[in-house]
Amino acid sequence: MNNRKLDQKRAPIYEALKDYKAKRVVSFDVPGHKQGRGNPDLTDFLGQQCMSVDVNSMKPLDNLCHPVGVICEAEEIAADAFGAQHVFFMVNGTSSAVQAMVMSVCKAGEKLIMPRNVHRSAINALIVSGAIPVYADPGVNQSLGIPLGMSLEDVKRAIAAHPEAKAVLVNNPTYYGVCANLAEIVRAAHAAGMKVLVDEAHGTHFYFGEHTPLCAMAAGADMAAVSMHKTGGSLTQSSFLLCGKGVNPGYVRQVINLTQTTSGSYLLLSSLDISRRNLALGGREIFRKVTEFAEYARGEINHIGGLYAFSKELLNGDSFYDFDVTKLSVHTRDIGLAGIEVYDILRDDYGIQIEFGDISNILAIISVGDRSLELERLISALSEIKRLYARDPAGMFDHEYIEPEIVLTPQEAFFSPKRSMPIGNSEGEICAEFVMCYPPGIPILAPGERITREILNYIVYAKEKGCFLTGTEDLTIQNINVVETKEHGFMV
Amino acid sequence: MDLWYKEQHTKDVQFSIRVEKQLFTARSEFQRIDVFYSEEFGRFMSLDGLMMVTEKDEFIYHEMIVHVPMAVNPAIQNVLVVGGGDGGAVRELVRYDGIQKIDLVEIDQMVVDTCRKYLPQTACKLDDPRVSIFYENGLRFVRSCENKYDLIIVDSTDPFGPGEGLFTKEFYGNCYHALTKDGILVNQHETPYYQDYARSMQLAHQRIQTFFPICKVYQFHMPTYPSGHWLFGFASKTYDPIEHLDAERWNALGLKTRYYNTELHRGCFALPNYVKDLLEGNDGQ
Repeated sequence: MNNRKLDQKRAPIYEALKDYKAKRVVSFDVPGHKQGRGNPDLTDFLGQQCMSVDVNSMKPLDNLCHPVGVICEAEEIAADAFGAQHVFFMVNGTSSAVQAMVMSVCKAGEKLIMPRNVHRSAINALIVSGAIPVYADPGVNQSLGIPLGMSLEDVKRAIAAHPEAKAVLVNNPTYYGVCANLAEIVRAAHAAGMKVLVDEAHGTHFYFGEHTPLCAMAAGADMAAVSMHKTGGSLTQSSFLLCGKGVNPGYVRQVINLTQTTSGSYLLLSSLDISRRNLALGGREIFRKVTEFAEYARGEINHIGGLYAFSKELLNGDSFYDFDVTKLSVHTRDIGLAGIEVYDILRDDYGIQIEFGDISNILAIISVGDRSLELERLISALSEIKRLYARDPAGMFDHEYIEPEIVLTPQEAFFSPKRSMPIGNSEGEICAEFVMCYPPGIPILAPGERITREILNYIVYAKEKGCFLTGTEDLTIQNINVVETKEHGFMV
Repeated sequence: MDLWYKEQHTKDVQFSIRVEKQLFTARSEFQRIDVFYSEEFGRFMSLDGLMMVTEKDEFIYHEMIVHVPMAVNPAIQNVLVVGGGDGGAVRELVRYDGIQKIDLVEIDQMVVDTCRKYLPQTACKLDDPRVSIFYENGLRFVRSCENKYDLIIVDSTDPFGPGEGLFTKEFYGNCYHALTKDGILVNQHETPYYQDYARSMQLAHQRIQTFFPICKVYQFHMPTYPSGHWLFGFASKTYDPIEHLDAERWNALGLKTRYYNTELHRGCFALPNYVKDLLEGNDGQ
């Protein structure tokens, strides 16, 4: 690298924080803990080093809302690392990055083509912006019970049916590691004058590893939300929003500033800066190791029998166009256990916490921080669980994706007059809030959707198996808010 | 010049040995390995700064980890040693003509190589034709074994570091599965005396109990380990370590030992009250 400005060895925010510390500046500004002195218990817990760089925006440290100094420099270096035109450092989670993408391209009443198996943050963006979703069927692998990516034909159909739509949103990959044919989706969308937004919450490594599925920027997508904290090693809640050529970054910044904090945490910012440096310099080797771990674990788990750690053998050239091999997704239904049951046993009996368990699968995240010792524990625990708990799988639920009937837009439903009723009696009503298992946080019901018997059965089953259901105003998930239709004369 | 090996037994307790010279130091893929020579203890090896084996007191540990199960079932033929890269347990095992096969699974080849070179006192029998050495993760090795061993000896480091996996429920479950119907599991069971170790001891005992119908703990005196009061676990599918002690048959073998004898065998299972309390899940106070 001759261009010092874009030297990946640099980490401008981190460097500025070190300078700031070395200058021993006397602070009469916020935060009031003043390098930790004002809160000894917290300082004892988190460490002096950590507290001393929990500082406020100031000229030498730049300002996240209006970056012209070190944050701007860090953004440019990150953009170079990701092959993006512009990168934003996000401190309100990837959720806020997804919302900023949607709100940057869709105004109230405008349409967005998306798969239904998006994270709740995408539908939240629709509630805030008033944009209207057009759902393309993500397709389902029936035997695994997992939703896939969208098929190219389904996307093209949706584009033809809704030529006025502003953008197409794509998961790359899904939580389970499934990728759609992103390059062709981008081509089809651009041909129709639509933008392409990519939720890459689980795809950070696509930018740094070898032989990974195609990343959004390389596919020519317009924006992508990348969860650096998920597999890239930065602190929880820190994230990147990437912009391609066809996007005006100045406008995107204004959209971000509508909802993002004005007190951006320097702990989060420096963690993004340092993690980007780490991945840019060593990412190839790191993800080679991660891939090796995942492939090894898959082989060992498939050797146990009964458990199926799936991978590229399931590729179908379309809705399962590519697979992220670092995702260790394991199908558990054939040993008679719901994924969520395995997830609970692993934690309660073996002290092993995995990312999530759903009705039929579990997902273990393997990342930059893993070692083979822990991996052996996971594999051995799974072999024990099979030996001790396997039972006849008859009578187990065998599908995950339920096609929704959309009655109102998410925003209309969310802000409608509503009433609370017992969830079991709500068949036929229009849902006014979310119901989902968390994780993965993909809504079973989103605001504006018809509640059907099939969905209620699914909720009852998920609850029975021990899924952690969330989203409703009633924290006990006994009652659900439905749209008040009679008195207020809503057309249904 | 004063050269001292120092080890924190707790954050407030320090143990030290005056060292004549350091013979070896290296960092393997898994841990730091050091060998020293002291007037008092002879050669000794530490892993990650924790005492593993000294020439002066290793006989206590290795006799107790091997002869207790062997005196309960002298018909043992197939043995698995997990950890134990110093070779001390293997040295005691090869003294039994009835044993046909000893598999030693040590994660760190550098430990074995170091002991062969600097601690021949323990490593001297690693080349016995009945011994096979596997440089593998113990957890992984045991996972694929079924109904294969009459005795599994877990000669591990402490449960913080590379030995962690050998104190887990999944490991004990896999061991149960790998043992024959009369199988015995003997494991390094930490000390009851200092709190951090006592917690590991309690957890290990609880976890082993979920699989084995017979689950006892026995004690011995280990001068260079924290508190000097150390425990092994004895778990089995059928044999009770006292009821089934075959003293006559063992004594007839004529093995010469410096620590172990069949009277001590009976006595070592008699535990202090606070240790019993701890094993029952109480705080031992």
